[in-house]
Amino acid sequence: MNLFGIIEEIEKIDPDFQDRINPRRDAIKNITSFGSKVAVAALPFALGSIFKKAYGAAASTTDVIGVLNFALTLEHLEAAFYNQGLGTSGLVTDSSYITPIQTDENNHVTFLTSVITSLGGTPVAANAAGYDFTAGGTFPTVFSNYQTFLAVAETLEDTGVRAYKGQAGTLAGNQTVLTAALSIHAVEARHASAIRYLRMSKYGVSIYPWITSPTASGSDVSGANSNDTGNTTVQGGVNILTLASVESSSSTSVATATAAFDEPLTTNEVLALVTPFIK
Amino acid sequence: MKTASELNTGNVNLHRRSFLRYAGAGIAGAGLLAVGASCHKDHNVTPSGTISLGTGDIGILNYAYALEQLEAAFYTQVVATPYSGMPSVELTFLTDIRDHEVCHRNFFKAALGASAIQSLSVNFSKIDFTSRTSVLTYAKAFEDLGVTAYDGVGYKIQNVAYLAIAGSIVSVEARHAALIGNLLQNGNFVSSDQVSTSNGLNVSNDPATVLATANTFLSAQTQVSANF
Repeated sequence: MNLFGIIEEIEKIDPDFQDRINPRRDAIKNITSFGSKVAVAALPFALGSIFKKAYGAAASTTDVIGVLNFALTLEHLEAAFYNQGLGTSGLVTDSSYITPIQTDENNHVTFLTSVITSLGGTPVAANAAGYDFTAGGTFPTVFSNYQTFLAVAETLEDTGVRAYKGQAGTLAGNQTVLTAALSIHAVEARHASAIRYLRMSKYGVSIYPWITSPTASGSDVSGANSNDTGNTTVQGGVNILTLASVESSSSTSVATATAAFDEPLTTNEVLALVTPFIK
Repeated sequence: MKTASELNTGNVNLHRRSFLRYAGAGIAGAGLLAVGASCHKDHNVTPSGTISLGTGDIGILNYAYALEQLEAAFYTQVVATPYSGMPSVELTFLTDIRDHEVCHRNFFKAALGASAIQSLSVNFSKIDFTSRTSVLTYAKAFEDLGVTAYDGVGYKIQNVAYLAIAGSIVSVEARHAALIGNLLQNGNFVSSDQVSTSNGLNVSNDPATVLATANTFLSAQTQVSANF
């Protein structure tokens, strides 16, 4: 998929999308276009940064708001998905699983909206044109076939986990916002685990609660729209495959090495996954 | 004149040398007492602390290493002595989780190299490994503890590469936590003691809070303390 094409398509609908999801570029642009406004907005964090000189690239408030609005964009998508699913009569049969997730996703929307507002930002609204959970007809039965619904749910949750992870670096050192983002991130992982467990334990889908891969750089393709190839067996410069394991003093299996770490997704990778769902 | 941070770094090295020397000589007790005394002098440590995790990012990585040691030891025991009537699917899950935790532990050990703290001795006397309820309840507690620990310490990590690693691991811990919750009771993956029903955020805890719990599962000789 052509990433530039995707961004162009989104910008037709939402001219500010690129700025919101690409906070670094936004910050650079803003320095020249309305620098004084940024300077004022960034003041509380600038003050904080005096005490955190070690954080080489402490995020400006603009950066932080950009990340939060990116997260909010995803939470709107997820909340809309579960709201529509649970609003579809007869679709969901495991409400003990799906209802708590719906509650959490809507809570995330409310929470992020209030945080962005409190930082002086403008929270993104839910996409005015709505969402297309068939992804342009790829999943025509998403709200009529419960198994399709669960497969799409898995993809959204796994993507959410990895999307938050990919933004953490921009929030480094920010106690309030990074901690909140990590806390939401953990909840998305709980959801992903639960959807996967439900699919495998009750509906016989051959997956695990974690993302595992049979090949070192392979993808986990159990979700509805998973085109990720993010699994890797090298973490922080350490080749996990050469570590001791229970079975061997000098090797760890690919399955374990891929499952033990969830890899981040970049902004553009997230966009590639979720853009088909945004009208 | 040394700065506070230099003193701390020096202390950490001293601790490590002390441990190696005394552990090798088989008189760990004396070494631990000596280290405990120096900790109290220079560090802001918990009263029970005897092994300093170090300062800065190294301290945080050792913090993670300590918690992963605890989890790996727990699941190693669980799989070695399965509770009665353990269904094969649960044995598969618990074996996989054991392997993940061993992987995390060995990753931190490798990544920390000479800066790694020693291997910790665990004390699981309060856990009944023959009881499914006991094992899964403690498993959930360990996983939940790990999630709150990583989430609570993330903002203190200065190197974004380390932050990325912590992020890569914490979501796997959260996946474990949710699974164990579901094994205990279907639909129990975002239990209200861990995830707020009002804002959807997972609990996070500071190192002192986490270690107060973690230390109750470590032997008296290998209690750990954080000063980052």
